[in-house]
Amino acid sequence: MSALQPSELDRPPLARGRSAADADFKSASAVLRRADFGDRLRSLALAAPLLVLLALSFGIPIVLLLSRAVYDPTIANALPQTTQALSGWNGQGLPDDAAFAALAADLRGSQAKGTAYELAKSLNARLPGARSQVLKTVRQLEAAGDKPPLDVMKSVPFWSQPGTWPAIANGTHSITSFYLMSALDLRWNNDGGIERVPPEQAIFLQVFMRTFFVAAAVTLATLILGFPLAYLIASVPKGLAAILIVAVLLPFWTSILVRTAAWTVLLQKFGLVNDLLLWLGVAEVRLDLMYSRIGLIIAMTHIQLPFTLLPIYSVMRTIQPSQMKAAYSLGAKPVTAFRRVYLPQVFPGVMAGCLLTFILCLGYYITPALIGGASDQLISNFIANYVNVELNWEMAAALSFILLVLTLALFGIFARILGLDRLKLV
Amino acid sequence: MLLSPYPTLGERIRIALLWLWCGLVILFLIVPILIPVPLSFNSGTFFIFPLEGVSTRWYEVVLGTQRWQAAIGNSLIVAFGTTLIATALGTLTAIALSDDKFPGRRIVMPLLLSPLIVPVVITAVGSYLFYARVGLASTYAGIILAHTALASPFVVVTVGASLTGFDRNLMRAAAISGAKPVTSFFRVMLPLILPGVLSGAAFAFVTSFDEVVVVQFLASANQRTMPLEMFIGLREKLSPAITAAATLMMGLSIVLLVVANLLARRSQRRPNAGA
Amino acid sequence: MKTTKTRLLALAAATAWMAIGHAAVADELSIMASGGAWQDAQRKAWFEPFSKETGTKIVEQEYLGDLGKVKAMVETGNVPIDLVTVETATVLQGCDAGILERLDYSKIAPREKFIEGSALDCGVGLDAYGDILAYDPTVLKEAPTSVLDLFDTKKFPGKRAMRKFPAQNLEWALMADGVAPADVYKVLGTPEGVDRAFKKLDTIKKDIVWWDAGAQPAQLLASQEVVMTTAWNGRIQNAIDTDKKPFKIVWNNQILEYDMIAIPKGAKSPDLAYKYLAYISQPENNAKLASYITYGPVRTDAASFVAADALPKLPNAPDHLAGAYLVADTEFWGDYGEDLVKRFNAWLAQ
Repeated sequence: MSALQPSELDRPPLARGRSAADADFKSASAVLRRADFGDRLRSLALAAPLLVLLALSFGIPIVLLLSRAVYDPTIANALPQTTQALSGWNGQGLPDDAAFAALAADLRGSQAKGTAYELAKSLNARLPGARSQVLKTVRQLEAAGDKPPLDVMKSVPFWSQPGTWPAIANGTHSITSFYLMSALDLRWNNDGGIERVPPEQAIFLQVFMRTFFVAAAVTLATLILGFPLAYLIASVPKGLAAILIVAVLLPFWTSILVRTAAWTVLLQKFGLVNDLLLWLGVAEVRLDLMYSRIGLIIAMTHIQLPFTLLPIYSVMRTIQPSQMKAAYSLGAKPVTAFRRVYLPQVFPGVMAGCLLTFILCLGYYITPALIGGASDQLISNFIANYVNVELNWEMAAALSFILLVLTLALFGIFARILGLDRLKLV
Repeated sequence: MLLSPYPTLGERIRIALLWLWCGLVILFLIVPILIPVPLSFNSGTFFIFPLEGVSTRWYEVVLGTQRWQAAIGNSLIVAFGTTLIATALGTLTAIALSDDKFPGRRIVMPLLLSPLIVPVVITAVGSYLFYARVGLASTYAGIILAHTALASPFVVVTVGASLTGFDRNLMRAAAISGAKPVTSFFRVMLPLILPGVLSGAAFAFVTSFDEVVVVQFLASANQRTMPLEMFIGLREKLSPAITAAATLMMGLSIVLLVVANLLARRSQRRPNAGA
Repeated sequence: MKTTKTRLLALAAATAWMAIGHAAVADELSIMASGGAWQDAQRKAWFEPFSKETGTKIVEQEYLGDLGKVKAMVETGNVPIDLVTVETATVLQGCDAGILERLDYSKIAPREKFIEGSALDCGVGLDAYGDILAYDPTVLKEAPTSVLDLFDTKKFPGKRAMRKFPAQNLEWALMADGVAPADVYKVLGTPEGVDRAFKKLDTIKKDIVWWDAGAQPAQLLASQEVVMTTAWNGRIQNAIDTDKKPFKIVWNNQILEYDMIAIPKGAKSPDLAYKYLAYISQPENNAKLASYITYGPVRTDAASFVAADALPKLPNAPDHLAGAYLVADTEFWGDYGEDLVKRFNAWLAQ
């Protein structure tokens, strides 16, 4: 069961402003209003257990996750001497032999410390191909015997190539913009400017665009399906409206997983949807709906429809029928009355429903994972993939960072325009 | 109100189309969630209508095999643990927030609601990496903690709503009569806001019982819950047992949430009766 | 760590419990495997007999082969599993990363008794399996003759399922593009070769449904989501034998691989884990798996113990090696695996 459900307000929306709840006790407590430090402390103490628990179980984990996006001490930890040797390097050409020697010493120690692999992996992220070079050099240094480590370093061309040392120097700074830039398909070039990564490495902008597209398509679909139904429910007599609202709430109360499961059954090649399409003659052959974008959008639309519909409905039912009657009696045609009198009033509800659905769609994970194909995976799926499969937690953190900023920004807009009071349970 | 006072033919057609459209939308809403129900009673192994025969064999699989039983047990442990903590702490917090002396309400409220807004994968990954460090990964406690974060906003909001109708003068009267705060909470406030608290508890229970993403990251085999078992099944082997599990989960959620909503309505309606 | 004495006591207690018909609980061995029919087979061939013989309780975990869970466990020192089944490339990766324990073969079995490439530093072979092509002859009228028919969308239109992983797919792509099996890894070791493989995959990209759990291919065929799929041979054979599906296996151009099992660093009961490894590496036990899923043994001296009816279904049965086949190059994937996975994922996302 997820999440947010706009309230069915008994009063016109926005009329009482954002702090309506604040006002509720004002009259009662006005008599006793004295700045009472003790009372404040007591009320804070009541809330403290949950606040502390949330900080520990939710706040700190997320802050630590996000910090990984900008803080990666892997290279600095693995290369302490090199870090020091490079501190005075101007970044031009190759550093002096002392830096080479320091790197050799660090690499030699890295095997014993168990940091060789992490170092190779981390450097490889910045410098494709570095992984095998690092591991190879470490092995050669181990086997070198009396051969001076500096000679070994010089004998591997990789360490004298342009670009290698700037990448190492860059990596020795634990605070890094590398992952956040990568999450936007950007990177620093050798001159200190910003450039796009080569097309075969560019993934994320496309995935963000795809996530936006799916969210927008689902939002639009829920609006087209939901608006007329909300209008109907708000217009029919109470008893009938109650039955119709149950039809909206039943799916709403069923978990996303269960509904996704239902759709995986329905969207099968020999599932009911294909049966129906054939029977109606809409399609001539069975369509591939599973693992497709359209299947994903259909299932997500089903899941999100109540989220869009309910806020619209809660506004519609506050609109007095007398207003429309007044419009008619003033000679307005039904269409005109609808457009000029009705629509402007329901607009906040439409905004609330659509924004809510859009925000929630950005974070979808279960449904794309089960119904979408490889090219329908959304940003959350990539985050999970970087954690579980690629073992690149920094990249997962950077993607999380951007997704969270986007979500919070949209939610800020929501709260600013519409007020937090709209987020309530039915 | 659907029709204007002197409806034209065109208007009547529009209204008829509206009804037709809405009928289709309702079918779209309802049919998919009802589909698993008949399939779960299918005696065959396929998801194809017409059913081969009616049987309860898939329910026997879900309720009778050790694997599913363990999953159901785990789900109940986690959901009850979450409900207990989230309801207790959430109620206290809602009471604190309903006091207008509460400092920084405008900052605290969005923070309390943030677990609902943050994409759940971020919550899951964050707690996965952090909990492992402090020894909470692969433990019931870890999952319950993470679920409490997701469920507590529901309690704060529902209890908060029932408190808007609570007259604080009652507490003052109790205090003047010599009752200790704890006594007056249990004897005066709690009975009045109980429907709200129970409703919050039901929301918390369902939130935890249905949750799969956090569990996917935090649980080891010993804590595998029913939704996780379903998720694995959906990915790997679509057996009608899944539809039986889905039907059971759906039934439980719907019953609990109907109760929760009736309670929530009751607790909110009373004070506003005159409004 | 338990002392020998408590261990003996526990064993005695376990025997007593067993005698009165209760489940034996002495020590716990937690094994993480990748689920489905393969895990079922391991349960019947190894988990249950081992459990009965030693009084060890085996706790099973399931995962999708992602090393992430194991890495998180090892890094944080909280390792609730003692053994994990992995692919060969993952063994090498995990070995480099210090996630997996280096194995002491003196506690398992003589290393030279294993088929070459199936006994690695950090992982010991469980079985030999084939990456094959499967189809449903009731759907596909014309029978494919080689795995490479995947790339022939003219002759075999419709969706095909392939594993969401670069290994095997890149090899097949190159072979379909005309590279001889013997040269595949040489070509794939060059940037041009990689480009060539991806270009070949591009030609069928829009027709591919990707699977990542081993049970999915049979499922996808059964629901007719796809007309053909790559798969691990045992899973398909299992669907044919147990679920009575009409599927057929194409062996020509199969790729042979070994399943591995490894001990993650910091496992709580390494001694018990070794005991289990020694148990399953005995030739007669090693051969037992074939009776439950058609994967071959990895001990060279185990063939004679394989049940007679299982033998012809194994991927390394003479009939199945009659056409072209390729033995997966573990070392290649150890060296290039990570970069290719990265490139593959970027390619997928585009």
